[in-house]
Amino acid sequence: MTKVAIRYAPIGLIVILWELSSRTGLVSQDVLPAFSDVMVRLWQLSADGEMLVHVSASLFRITCGLALGIVVGSTLGFLLAASITAQRLVQPTLTFLYPLPKSALIPVIIIWLGFGNSAQIMVIFLGSLLPIVLGAYNGAKGVENTLIWSARSLGANAIETEWHVIIRAALPDLLAGIRVALALSFVLLISSEMVGAQRGMGFLVAFLGDGGDYAGMFAGAFVISAIGFAADRAYLALYHHLLRYREA
Amino acid sequence: MTKTKIKFENVEFTYIPPNGKPVRALERLSLDVSENEFVSIVGPSGCGKSTLLYLLGGFLPLEQGEITVDGRKVSKPGPDRGIVFQHFALFPWKTVRQNVLYGLERKTMDSAQRNELAQKYIDLVKLTGFEDAWPAQLSGGMKQRVAIARTLVTDPDVLLMDEPFGALDAQTRGILQEELLAIWGLTRKTVLFVTHDVHEAVLLSDRVIVMSARPGRIKTTVNIDLPRPRNSEVTRSQNFAGYCDEIWSLVREEALVASGVKA
Repeated sequence: MTKVAIRYAPIGLIVILWELSSRTGLVSQDVLPAFSDVMVRLWQLSADGEMLVHVSASLFRITCGLALGIVVGSTLGFLLAASITAQRLVQPTLTFLYPLPKSALIPVIIIWLGFGNSAQIMVIFLGSLLPIVLGAYNGAKGVENTLIWSARSLGANAIETEWHVIIRAALPDLLAGIRVALALSFVLLISSEMVGAQRGMGFLVAFLGDGGDYAGMFAGAFVISAIGFAADRAYLALYHHLLRYREA
Repeated sequence: MTKTKIKFENVEFTYIPPNGKPVRALERLSLDVSENEFVSIVGPSGCGKSTLLYLLGGFLPLEQGEITVDGRKVSKPGPDRGIVFQHFALFPWKTVRQNVLYGLERKTMDSAQRNELAQKYIDLVKLTGFEDAWPAQLSGGMKQRVAIARTLVTDPDVLLMDEPFGALDAQTRGILQEELLAIWGLTRKTVLFVTHDVHEAVLLSDRVIVMSARPGRIKTTVNIDLPRPRNSEVTRSQNFAGYCDEIWSLVREEALVASGVKA
């Protein structure tokens, strides 16, 4: 109980300081609307269904983009680890793309794919791809030979060994790659929605900010953080469940 | 006349490290192992003992020479040759029972038979009650028991053991050596056993092969003429000490060569 109190006390303190500094006029309300005003605005935007429209648009895009990234990225990563030829073909492209900030692609992709869902999904897909490819690749490359040999001498053929042993043993690295991709996906989702969408949380925050509704803008940012936090927590719970065999 | 089970003929092997000069690991090595024979291989570090085992397992590509089991050429890994590794190589995401069941998945039997057989081998290695434990929850000795059960349950013709007790503490090693003797007495598999431990080799084997420093060749073969069934009692005999001394001095000569000191 005390532990929980100590952990969350700083957050409470920040909220109180926030409220006070805004109410006392220490910081202008135009720059930092009071916490309570933000909460009121959050309630209003939620109650009239406005927020839900944008939240569901954003969740749809991030789910599609990330799912695509996971399927394509892990397949690619495992292929690269299994085949020298595949590695020679794809490695230079990956090495080139790796340091490129994926947000730089947003304007180009909007030109290609327009202002619909597909542009945001594409940006998220491209951004999540590399950490997932690398996770799968490093995981599969790092599998101990003796595990593979054990499976082979227990009668598994090469394909069974790939499924039962290599992919399974690569799971911790793959899951760590997906977690990085998840965090990156939120960044790309919001920034791509700010410039090229008529719906979504990124659009909402930018729109309210442009219109001078700072409390509303903060409410939007609050929802984005809450969703990001919840997604990461949920993912961590899944991660620990899937890797429970390590925590003995 | 006993039947030849495993035959190595003029086997050569060269390792090519990723960024280095090729290393000649084995040179013109020939060796016959009879059916039901327990043969140990000892020699200095880096003499190619494990390479020999990996070639027989089909894990490394054989470049020159020929290896046969029951007259059939070895080309890839197979369930006729079970292996136990020094660091256990258990599937960490599988429980004890699931690990033991893995080799049975491809056998034609129903799941009740599989489970019964797995249980029999889990009991044999004295892990009753740990069926649902993860490998991470087990001690080193227990992990190696699982690995032994996982390999024996598929009833391989030949059992390859790569320093199986090398990572265990002295007490656990002693206990597992005795248990292996007892299990071997029941199953009488043909065993090829690689070890650093001369004492262990003499205790377990019918024959001990001493390998030379790199490139690995067979230096000498010592027949261990000690009565069976054996247990740790045998280690107190005069003969046992004699075999250990003899083999130890042979290994020592090679270890000195390997470390660059003139014998």
